[in-house]
Amino acid sequence: MNRPIRTLSVGCLILFVALMLNVTYVQFFKAGWYNARGDNRRVTEEAYSQQRGDILVGKKAIATSVPSDDKYEWQRTYPGGKKYAPITGFMSYSYGQTGIERSQDSVLSGKDNKLFTNRLVDLVTNSEPAGGNVELTINPKVQDAAYEGLTNLGDDVQAAVVAIEPSTGAILAMASTPTFNPDRLATHDFSDAQKSYNQLRKDEDEPLLNRSIQTALPPGSTFKLVTAAAAIENLGMDGDSKVYGGATLDLPGTDKVLPNHSGTDCGGEQVTLTQALDVSCNTAFGFLGMELSDEEMQDQAEAFGFGQDYLDDIGPLAVSQYPDNGGDKAKQARAAIGQESVIATPLQMAMVSAGIANGGEVMKPYLVDRVTSSSLDVIDQGKPTTIDKQPAVSQDTAETLTDMMVSVVENGTGSPAAIDGVSVAGKTGTAQTTPERPPYAWFTSFAPAENPSIAVAVMVQKSGTERSDIAGGLLGGPIAKAMMEAAIS
Amino acid sequence: MSGFTPASSMPVFVHRSRRGAELVLLILALVVGIGAYVAVGLGVQEKIPVDLLGYGAWLVVLLVAAHIGVRLMAPYADPVLLPLVAMLNGVGLAVIHRLDLALAEDADKFARQQLIWMTIGVVLFLITLFLVPDHRMLQRFTYTAGLAAVVMLILPMLPFIGKTINGARIWINLGPVSFQPGEVAKVLLVICFAGYLAVHRDALALAGRRFAGIDLPRARDLGPLLMMWAISLAILVLQRDLGSSLLFYGLFVVTLYVATERKGWIVVGGLLFAGGVFAALTLFSHVRVRVFTWLDPFKYYPVGDDGVTSSGQLVEGMFGMAWGGMIGRGFGSGEPWRIPYANSDFIIPAIGEELGLTALLALLLCYGLIVERGLRTAIVARDDFGKLLSVGLATSIALQTFVVVGGVTGLIPLTGLTTPFLSYGGSSLVANWVIIALLLRVSDQSRRPLPTAPSDEDLAAEETQIVKLDKGAMSK
Repeated sequence: MNRPIRTLSVGCLILFVALMLNVTYVQFFKAGWYNARGDNRRVTEEAYSQQRGDILVGKKAIATSVPSDDKYEWQRTYPGGKKYAPITGFMSYSYGQTGIERSQDSVLSGKDNKLFTNRLVDLVTNSEPAGGNVELTINPKVQDAAYEGLTNLGDDVQAAVVAIEPSTGAILAMASTPTFNPDRLATHDFSDAQKSYNQLRKDEDEPLLNRSIQTALPPGSTFKLVTAAAAIENLGMDGDSKVYGGATLDLPGTDKVLPNHSGTDCGGEQVTLTQALDVSCNTAFGFLGMELSDEEMQDQAEAFGFGQDYLDDIGPLAVSQYPDNGGDKAKQARAAIGQESVIATPLQMAMVSAGIANGGEVMKPYLVDRVTSSSLDVIDQGKPTTIDKQPAVSQDTAETLTDMMVSVVENGTGSPAAIDGVSVAGKTGTAQTTPERPPYAWFTSFAPAENPSIAVAVMVQKSGTERSDIAGGLLGGPIAKAMMEAAIS
Repeated sequence: MSGFTPASSMPVFVHRSRRGAELVLLILALVVGIGAYVAVGLGVQEKIPVDLLGYGAWLVVLLVAAHIGVRLMAPYADPVLLPLVAMLNGVGLAVIHRLDLALAEDADKFARQQLIWMTIGVVLFLITLFLVPDHRMLQRFTYTAGLAAVVMLILPMLPFIGKTINGARIWINLGPVSFQPGEVAKVLLVICFAGYLAVHRDALALAGRRFAGIDLPRARDLGPLLMMWAISLAILVLQRDLGSSLLFYGLFVVTLYVATERKGWIVVGGLLFAGGVFAALTLFSHVRVRVFTWLDPFKYYPVGDDGVTSSGQLVEGMFGMAWGGMIGRGFGSGEPWRIPYANSDFIIPAIGEELGLTALLALLLCYGLIVERGLRTAIVARDDFGKLLSVGLATSIALQTFVVVGGVTGLIPLTGLTTPFLSYGGSSLVANWVIIALLLRVSDQSRRPLPTAPSDEDLAAEETQIVKLDKGAMSK
């Protein structure tokens, strides 16, 4: 019987070796994978009871960790409050992280490999590992103007603004309303945090949404900038080229017509392209949409960033879309004026303006300026890059479009954004949706026109304003103006 | 059946008793056990436990008593087994104590009970050694043991005394305490298997058809295997106890294989097992759930699509082990209380979290050593029954360890069984102490110097004596 007993011993040996290998796999080789999971309470709890780095705007912390006298040792607080909440996001015990807290978590928590030497020093000196700091590109004055502008629209408003520096893509301001108080989610009083969170989740206005990047809506007439760009690039037009400007445009294949907002013609049967943009002439741009091929429009939209996810520093980004109209001329006409199924985020429309302002080069938007260690050594620095190798439009086209946009503010619908002594380039938009709900008001602009330092987009999704009074210029113009003034002064 | 070895023609290896070595190892085990207890105090409460003296003294008294018992009643027994289980039991107590501190208001609820169970275990260990001076006498109880095992297995099914805990109907109520008679049944079944197969091994070893180089058993000999298979399935169905079902069946197949030396039984047993698994998977949702949560634990964490099924225990265990890493967080610095039932089935992940991979590998090595010593006992045993008995006992520890550790570390689907000697659970602890006593008994019998063989002169004096050599002796 000893032979089978020896075989059995080998069998048992195999079982135990299998157990040991498996335990080694779990505890050593796969441990990192388990420890990286968001639903791993041990990890979140440790993260929660750790001194995270600051999120800084200028020299001021908008999110920081302060000592607390409970078992978690550190409490995350947000001096940036509601104004910066869409950017910072929140760090909660039960609901994870959002915003910069989430996207820059590895730096803030000190786990990032960039901070490796610091971790080593912490280990040797036996000090508590501290996270790195994240310095944002935000200009606090522009952010103030943006937030103030949005709050001045009143209660019960859904709106967002974003401002970028055209030459670099640095995001100067990013605000969204309604917003939330991140401190109430970060609190160690978990039942209170739960109450706040449930309240925010139930709110129909979706305060946890960062509308400047997460809401993509029909951009209305602001999209005419893209159509104009495509027309100048592909049809060899300029600001003085004549286009159709009648009161209505027949939509082929349907018994419908495309009317102008005013109901009248745009200043004649034929108007210049500049004139058409000044008065935001639907029939003119609908006409151009049918003249241009579907592909030409798509290429132009994509050159400005439609269909791409170009935002790394914060997310998730709702990707802006220009539809495939399948050669349907009526759809092409409506898409060319930013209706149909064209959708864009405020950030995307700011990038259209910024691209034009930057001589046709569309810069990749970024929010993290610098990453510094807890001892303030610079570890990483944001570098401006373009979203594509090719510029969206040529230098000439960009200049033509700039002149046309300046005219919009000086002579047309964009007048509320005019600044004394500074030439401002802008475009309004009012996107019709369904008859039941009020239209979306848009405004995008940049200034100074000759040497732009800021490009802005404002989007008002819902406001208390009377339906007939909703116009992109009236609602968005003053906010954009305040932001541009803050940037230029 | 012992028989004489063929007279002095070959030198016989004489084992030494090695009780001194056992004592030294036992002291080492005590240092580990009591040291762990101190480490828990320092780590969790930041002070040396106030009851250290009492606790330490109690452990010392128990283990010294066990040691003296072995010295007196089984002087030639294997010297490694007792220290190994003493160490495991000591570490288990410390870890249970640590989990008590994290969970209960009554800070020593489970550890205190476990210490009582350990005391009972050691007393039964001594009683076993005393009542069974020669393991061969157990063979007389082959069928009695089998019957008793069946009764034990049926007990929990009875009304009033039977009790369902966590879905498994494997408990009985004995006044204030609950008891799992299945653990006792395990020991009885090993005795029954060994006794039955020692007698019937020749018949069962007859070869039937030969297929792919393996002699398959004859169809008419399948009876006992089929019966054991049916009993295991019954346990699975009626008591929803996957672990015991697997353990009993595995024990029988292994003992059968060793008794008959026919690989064919492993093949047939394996096929029947596969059939049983397939049937269980198609018929019983509680078995399916185990497999699904094993295949994709995160799909059911914290709760699955059905809103009920949860792999929380498994996933928290994994998280704990990953959190522990190579050297562990240290007592008091991990969060093993996140794992439900950390003190029983899931004690291994709890240890992995706070003491690390290093400790788990050490513990697994200890289990491996116990099994190895058990199988070594089987090899040197001088009679068939002793061989089969120690094979069964060692295999029960090997299988149980594999099934539970493999289950909680995600190697195989989870089945409910306790980790021998480590987990909280009286029935299991007591039964395992008895298993060790029986192993020591067999090993004492086999390592004891043989009665002096009659000299050549004696043989010459009795010229015509016929010496009958039995089969068991020849095969050595």
